[in-house]
Amino acid sequence: MPKRTDIKSILIVGSGPIVIGQACEFDYSGSQACKALREEGYKVILVNSNPATIMTDPQMADVTYIEPLVPEILEKIIAKERPDALLPTLGGQTGLNLSVELYKRGILDKYKVELIGADAEAIEKGEDREKFRESMLKIGLDVPLSAVVHSLKEALEWADRHKKYPLIIRPSFTLGGTGGGIAYNRDEFERMATFGLNASPAGEILIEESLLGWKELEMEVMRDCKDQCIAICSIENFDPMGVHTGDSITIAPALTLTNKEYQLMREASFAIIREIGVKSGGSNIQFALNPVDGRMIIIEMNPRVSRSSALASKATGFPIAKIAAKLSVGYSLDELKNDITKETPACFEPAIDYVVAKVPRFAFEKFAGSDSTLTSSMKSVGEVMSIGRSFKECLQKALRSLEIGARGLGGGGKFGGREVTDISAISNGLVRPTAERIFYMRYALLAGMSREQISDYTKIDPWFVNEVAGIVEIESELADAGIRGLDADLLERAKKAGFTDLQIASICNTKIRNIKKLRDDFGINTVYRLVDTCAAEFEAYTPYYYSTYGTENELKPSARKKIMIIGGGPNRIGQGIEFDYCCVHASFALREAGYETIMVNSNPETVSTDYDTSDKLFFEPLTLEDVLEVYKQNNCDGAIVQFGGQTPLNLASELKENGVNIIGTSPESIDAAEDREIFKRIIEKLHLRQPVNATATTPEDAYKLAGQIGFPILLRPSFVLGGRGMFIVYGMEEMKKVVREAFEAAPGKPVLLDKFLEDAIELDVDAISDGETTVIGGMLEHIEYAGVHSGDAAMVLPPHTLSENILDEVRRATFDLAKELKVVGLMNIQFAIKKGEVYILEVNPRASRTVPFTSKAIGVPLAKIAARVMAGEKLKDLGFTKEVKIPYIAVKESVFPFVRFSGAPIMLSPEMRSTGEVMGLDTDLGTAFAKSQIAAQPGLPTSGNVFLSVKDHDKDMAVEIAKSLDRLGFKIFSTAGTAKILQDNGIPVTRTYKLNEGARPNVVDMIKNDEIALIINTPSGMYPRLDENHIRQEALLKKVCMITTIMGAYAAIRGIEAMGKRELDVKSLQEYMAMLNETKK
Amino acid sequence: MNSAVLAFEDGTVYRGKPFGAKKTVLGEAVFNTSMMGYQELLTDPSNYMNILVMTFVEIGCYGINDEDSESGGIKASGLVVARDCEIPSNWRSRMGIGEYLEKNGVPGISGIDTRTITRKIRLNGSLKACLSTEDISDEEAVNLARRWSGIEGSNFLKDATCESAYHFDDSEKNIKPFELGGVHINTRKRTFPLFKCAAIDYGVKKSLLRSLAYSGFDVTVFPARVSAEEISDFAPQCVFLSSGAGDPAAAPKEAEVAAKLMKKYPVFGVGFGHQIIARALGAKTYKLKFGHHGGNYPVRNIETGKVSITSQNHSFASDAESLENAGAIVTEVNLGDGTVEGLRHRDLPTFSIQYHPGAAPGTPGSDYPFDAFYDLVGKNS
Repeated sequence: MPKRTDIKSILIVGSGPIVIGQACEFDYSGSQACKALREEGYKVILVNSNPATIMTDPQMADVTYIEPLVPEILEKIIAKERPDALLPTLGGQTGLNLSVELYKRGILDKYKVELIGADAEAIEKGEDREKFRESMLKIGLDVPLSAVVHSLKEALEWADRHKKYPLIIRPSFTLGGTGGGIAYNRDEFERMATFGLNASPAGEILIEESLLGWKELEMEVMRDCKDQCIAICSIENFDPMGVHTGDSITIAPALTLTNKEYQLMREASFAIIREIGVKSGGSNIQFALNPVDGRMIIIEMNPRVSRSSALASKATGFPIAKIAAKLSVGYSLDELKNDITKETPACFEPAIDYVVAKVPRFAFEKFAGSDSTLTSSMKSVGEVMSIGRSFKECLQKALRSLEIGARGLGGGGKFGGREVTDISAISNGLVRPTAERIFYMRYALLAGMSREQISDYTKIDPWFVNEVAGIVEIESELADAGIRGLDADLLERAKKAGFTDLQIASICNTKIRNIKKLRDDFGINTVYRLVDTCAAEFEAYTPYYYSTYGTENELKPSARKKIMIIGGGPNRIGQGIEFDYCCVHASFALREAGYETIMVNSNPETVSTDYDTSDKLFFEPLTLEDVLEVYKQNNCDGAIVQFGGQTPLNLASELKENGVNIIGTSPESIDAAEDREIFKRIIEKLHLRQPVNATATTPEDAYKLAGQIGFPILLRPSFVLGGRGMFIVYGMEEMKKVVREAFEAAPGKPVLLDKFLEDAIELDVDAISDGETTVIGGMLEHIEYAGVHSGDAAMVLPPHTLSENILDEVRRATFDLAKELKVVGLMNIQFAIKKGEVYILEVNPRASRTVPFTSKAIGVPLAKIAARVMAGEKLKDLGFTKEVKIPYIAVKESVFPFVRFSGAPIMLSPEMRSTGEVMGLDTDLGTAFAKSQIAAQPGLPTSGNVFLSVKDHDKDMAVEIAKSLDRLGFKIFSTAGTAKILQDNGIPVTRTYKLNEGARPNVVDMIKNDEIALIINTPSGMYPRLDENHIRQEALLKKVCMITTIMGAYAAIRGIEAMGKRELDVKSLQEYMAMLNETKK
Repeated sequence: MNSAVLAFEDGTVYRGKPFGAKKTVLGEAVFNTSMMGYQELLTDPSNYMNILVMTFVEIGCYGINDEDSESGGIKASGLVVARDCEIPSNWRSRMGIGEYLEKNGVPGISGIDTRTITRKIRLNGSLKACLSTEDISDEEAVNLARRWSGIEGSNFLKDATCESAYHFDDSEKNIKPFELGGVHINTRKRTFPLFKCAAIDYGVKKSLLRSLAYSGFDVTVFPARVSAEEISDFAPQCVFLSSGAGDPAAAPKEAEVAAKLMKKYPVFGVGFGHQIIARALGAKTYKLKFGHHGGNYPVRNIETGKVSITSQNHSFASDAESLENAGAIVTEVNLGDGTVEGLRHRDLPTFSIQYHPGAAPGTPGSDYPFDAFYDLVGKNS
């Protein structure tokens, strides 16, 4: 069937800020959809609150809204744009839930908007546990024993009746299983059921019999309007049932199923997608298989593109989101071509001739006090994918792609020696699923534990255990052989099992160059293979490569000028989509300028690893060895390291030593900015100001220096991103508690001590320089005082409190620093302003996290311009010579994953903990801030009760805030200390109790009873006290708006005031750009 | 270590690790892109005189079980893999793939870069090959490959067919659809009443007979050399021409018999059987450059417009133009290269498909061709 002509415009809903369980894979799928639909001539209207996405680039859609993803705002957009259709299946769970909500509220009917791809009925059938269960039983499939309950009483009754512990608790309608868990006894069950009922927006949980230890498998399937179904990919989980699939190591294709079993799963998938009624598009279906008898159980299905479908797309080369978008407008699969082969149709099932591994990346170190056991609630913040010609090869490639210090399995580095030898520690490490379990399997084998025993402890399929054992055997053989005994056969087997030269050198106790030399002698060379969807049966045209060892190299370097762009690797807190955004822009810009771009990255969620983004894509680990090989074999002319975050920067010097031409700012300048002593000299030379500081190489050193500087002090490890190991300490006692952690964050590197500037205003400046001209991209004033990591702080562009004099001083400092550091490309400077004096906190001559936000706010693609500058062009030729002054306000707010890490302190600190960001745009600060809060959820309340409790330091300001709240009609509740101050100042306040006072009702009771609309609570020490944290956790669960800094409270007041003055309205990015052009005239 | 050799007629030689039987074999190197199903492929008689090259890299992971073989043993000449897994894991597994090859007297070679070989075959067309695990020299292996007569023009039926006629065991246990812990998608029961069906075995797959039986046929299998008269004496209600091995052009007698049967009975052919029908009608068949071997081929049914993904394993194809001239209607085509995948006679109750139904992919018993055959027989009896 040809495409539909009765619809002209389509609304696409994005997935909002990056959160655990919903990351940049939806930017990848959404961007693909935008391209696919515009290609077909449809008008695309896009809405997403996340400015760090490629999809919200103004040229991606016809109309782009960066507005909060809530029904009220969506209704306004729909009323204004009157789209014919809404495509709900590309914006993750957020997009899906929002679309259903719009349908339920009658908004879609009112404005005659058709849901395409999947209709509301199908979405409900797929998402609603009970309906899904009924549907599965109806078509003869098996589901686990389960019940949906809405109260604790019901839950306990069911559990008591069946007595089938362990039981799994899954809250309905939550992301990545937030609030879910496994209960082994009644006590645990009661606690988890309570938590789950709270976490579910519908107050509903599913209780299920446990399938712990069963095999877990996934299928990615598609269906079109002619009822043609295809299976794109099967995925087998290395970790058995019990670990969320997002937290599991997964493998494609499934390896331990026979054809018959696979075919049954495939047919079941088709039966499911038909029964649920997904008319056109993709679905993901999860299965559990009993390893003893093969009993097959359906776990769940997602009637939309998902994290797994993004992985399947990257794993097979089949662009699921793009095809799903085309199917949604009426095409059938046989009418679409396979991009990769050009000749063959998209209606086929990819055949792959390699193995793919996905390994999740975690950030437990940022959430001290939380439990690192992996459960059915997802906790990973990112993932890597790798491709190899054997399971062993891809597993080791994936492990070194993680960038956690592991080189693979063995061969030195983190987890690569004999760190754990105690058998009971090893057993514990196997029984408890954690991020490190894979390394414990090696420890177990080295300690002589049998494969059967390992399989029994972990429930990991014996096949995988044997493969891991195979890797460890090769390690032993290498160790036995040493460099003298290393023959061609062993070396080749080691390379084919994924060992790097570095690992082999380390095991054989020799230098890397000796291994390289041996490989040259034996002719064991790295070759590149194509990901071609068809196992080489047809010719492939899409240059998407992976490295391996074999008899043929399919890489044919072109004669063009080539620039390599090194990506950011797995998403982690502090390094995520913002850097991928910059890499993608660099590629786009350099392609426009006529270069061939070569992207290297290991992150399957990203737009940078879409085979459309660059001229050549290399899906490779970002280690020196892997990256260098890509550079050399392609005969690249240059490499960009300043866009991918810390990952490529850490490689910069060694790449340069190995002959790589690093374009843009030199690695020496980057190091100079990082090196305290050199940097101090630069500051002095330029007559700039820095907080008093010192560099400590040992904890003892640090204590001594602290005495000289005087408290409060900011402790900061060097060469880390995201404030890992960063602390503000107010005294020696506090310092002693944390100094070791600061040193451990970057082993072998010194720790920096800065005099902490209390109550200073912080300012982030993004600028761009071509070596001659420097232009300010944007100045972002933090809402919170200094001491909150810039990745976590709310920011306002343009600055809302600083005077023009101060800003001029900041500009001058920026220009001087750019010149002195010979910046070519982007730079980011953090300033602090205290008592009218400007201090330089940090200079980073590279792309920063705020580049996408700033670019969107000022309507200038900074990363693109920077890439062109790095390739030798001048700002004046590119037409960017003047700082853009915007006639509106852009507010950046961060979102946090605290709800996943029960037990961790909930607070803003110098250590970054946010996973994502949103943007609030409007013509006044109050409204822009209010929008940013709505987008980050929960939004600001406009009436109700406020719980106000602040530390002594903030008490004066609290009085002002209380006055405003009172004037705005809020009823104030405070604990003793704050209440007294308010009373003394004549502000009506109701005294309430702290938890440790014992009296009831206390503040937690009030939160539980939905009696609190807003919490303003500033912590007194480095961490919130236990009872404070309890309040915060409760607020988090009940989605009560919570503010933890006094400056945040000020901003909130302005937001609440603004919301009272006028109704929120919506404006597209294109309209803002028109406003901007108007002022330029 | 690398004592096994794989040599091609073009003179290229690859060395690898031997596994399976110690033996030297000849055959046409055929790559198969199925990621699973090596047990079915090895035992599919259509692979007779094929040296099977698996494009997927991890082979043998789930072992060999008692249920999934398509015939009494391995029919392919040899197996070429990137890696053979020695320790399989699956609850149905009974032995490793190496052991199975050895038991069947078939050699295997592993550690071969099968993608390189696939690309070579794609570019040059299919190649005669020699696979040896007996420590022979490169030259000798190349010479053996060159000297072999090849598949084109060869009739392998006497090796691929059964010894003598037999009644296919249609006990419930033998024909019930595959299930996992009580779950199977095809929830319908066996079709009744049964039609008496004569199946001619050119190298039939068990799954085809199973599907046939489940779809409402009482099946008796006859050797390929059976005459039209013997079939008439048996007095069936319909005839099934099975899949099989070799060049259909080299089987004129079988085509002659088929032509006679088509005039008398409703006839349904699959794979080689489809090619025999084409020959019987007087149409041409030809050898494809490297054939279709895999589980992911899209086929469009011209009459319904619908596309389904099919499993295919054929080196020969029937020629569309000559089919149309011979009174046949092309009913199905390969969406990729447009080759004929199904036909129906304009007047006679005869139809056939080139791909393999009801096995991989697809579930037994629920497929279009068997039901269509049942309806056709119903109408004509």
